[in-house]
Amino acid sequence: MTLEAVLVVAAALVAVGLYGALSQQVVVMVMMGLELMLNGVILAAGAVWWFLAPDPTGQVLLLVVVAAMTVEMAMGFAVATLLHRSRGTDMTDMAADLRR
Amino acid sequence: MSVPTDLGAAVGVAFWGLAVVAVAAGVAVFRVDSMARATYALAVSFVAVGAALLLVGLDYVGLVVVLMMVMEMAVMGVYMVMLMGMNPALMPMSMVHSGRRAAVLAAGTFVVLAAGALLVPWPERRGAPAPDTVAALGTALMESTMLVMLVVSPVMVATIVAGVALAVPRGRYDRLGDDLRRRPADDPQPGGVGR
Amino acid sequence: MAEAAVETAAAPWALLAAVLLGALALGAACLDGVLAACAEGVPARVGLRAPVARTAALLRQRRRTTVAADGLLQRAGGGGLVVAALLMVAVVPLGGHALADLPAGVVWFNAMDVLVWALVWLAGWGGDSALALVGGYRFLAQALAYELPLMFALTAPAVAAGSLRVADVAAAQDGLWHVVWMPVAFAVYCAGVVAFSVQGPFAPPAGLDLAGGVLTEASGADRLLLQAGRYALLAAGAAFAVPLFLGGGAGPLLPGWAWVLLKAGLLLAALVVLRRRVPAVRPDRFLEAGWLVLLPAVLLQLLVVAVVVVGRG
Repeated sequence: MTLEAVLVVAAALVAVGLYGALSQQVVVMVMMGLELMLNGVILAAGAVWWFLAPDPTGQVLLLVVVAAMTVEMAMGFAVATLLHRSRGTDMTDMAADLRR
Repeated sequence: MSVPTDLGAAVGVAFWGLAVVAVAAGVAVFRVDSMARATYALAVSFVAVGAALLLVGLDYVGLVVVLMMVMEMAVMGVYMVMLMGMNPALMPMSMVHSGRRAAVLAAGTFVVLAAGALLVPWPERRGAPAPDTVAALGTALMESTMLVMLVVSPVMVATIVAGVALAVPRGRYDRLGDDLRRRPADDPQPGGVGR
Repeated sequence: MAEAAVETAAAPWALLAAVLLGALALGAACLDGVLAACAEGVPARVGLRAPVARTAALLRQRRRTTVAADGLLQRAGGGGLVVAALLMVAVVPLGGHALADLPAGVVWFNAMDVLVWALVWLAGWGGDSALALVGGYRFLAQALAYELPLMFALTAPAVAAGSLRVADVAAAQDGLWHVVWMPVAFAVYCAGVVAFSVQGPFAPPAGLDLAGGVLTEASGADRLLLQAGRYALLAAGAAFAVPLFLGGGAGPLLPGWAWVLLKAGLLLAALVVLRRRVPAVRPDRFLEAGWLVLLPAVLLQLLVVAVVVVGRG
């Protein structure tokens, strides 16, 4: 178990998450892709913490990433509910007119 | 307990086991034919990453990842079913748009990131972990990096308020009438406290 | 801050922990059987052996499935409850030994009780049956109400001890048990334990009005595991309360491990007796009570604890 090994695994998680976030049509599935990417980020940050600079402040950074995830999820759920109620859709494509 | 950088063979085996589970479950999220399976595949991926964090001495953070993400995925499952109206039966489903382009981009990202991980000359380790990383984290949160928590908490409160404001269709005028005097409130679901 | 010495027990001792947890759970089930028999006017010995008879019957029963059941998720949900209960007791120190002496043992317990959210819902979902799914949703609604108060109730003893290690929390109540000066946290904790084991007033997810709720489509060994898991969770919650609130292994005459088991057994018996006397709580109503009554109450308790800790220096 080396730093390089953990980072490659984290890169795989980020890549799979990116595929999901780009390709999925449903809002909730896009969120799952984003979550998977953040999962990889957490793993990478944990590895960098342990192998390079294991001081307590690094752990605080990880907690901030976890907090960012909860914010993303909460807002994502709220927007998904709003979209579903106001237009009966759960697809990102159908919400495209929000751009205008 | 002070652990050297080289964590030993047993930890290595455990890590690779967890890594395979994490990535395989991550792939399964977008391959399986059921919303429930997709959601809980993601939960398994998070649990594997949380356990991997336990291996490198991040006890608190690893457990918090497991705790929060399992909870989040339980809620996510409800949203999946609510918004997509699926029954528990396993039926083929594909909900991708421009799947090829996404796959190419994701593969490219993996190659770039993995190349970076392998080719960058990583510096030597600075310092050693505290004997008790949980206590060290607590001390850091309450002393040197207290500002971080002071910022995170209002952000969390703002998230709760914003989330409720976005998601709830009815305001207090719907509940309590135009003069806010209607008692008991007119709720589709009566609460247990009788407000 | 007392630094408690706890040795990590070797892996084979996990078997003993599993046996002890099983014995506690079976004892709770038998006590419940006796109470039910007394309430119905049936001889007590019939109730005493009812759990054993039921186990034997379920083991012989053939498994039936619905047309489009998701067997994987259903089994994972049913079997997972016992595993979660076992993982919970892994951090409970038994007379100077614990299976896992984790520096964040209290968070570990919390993470395991959150697993129950997923497991009960999965058990309800997997059966592909409306009533079972309603049971799963009921549990999630209930979980949203009890989880945050439970979390803060777990926090209170940890704040008082200045440590998240279970052994440190147990050692911190030398002379004065936490239950004495944080009764609200203890009460909320007990309610949380009863709720995550889907028992008594919090049994509507497996309620008779839903033809058994999450249990509807479980049969044979699956049903046995679900039922055993509910009792095992109750037993694990009672066992974890001992180091957290009830002074750990402290007590006269008997050795530490005996006191831990005795206190866990007594609390478990009290929970089993009490839960028969409380009416069922509707999950939708409990949601508001959880957020507007339990949460502020336990937060106030936490404030009191924090002030006391600061005052003690």
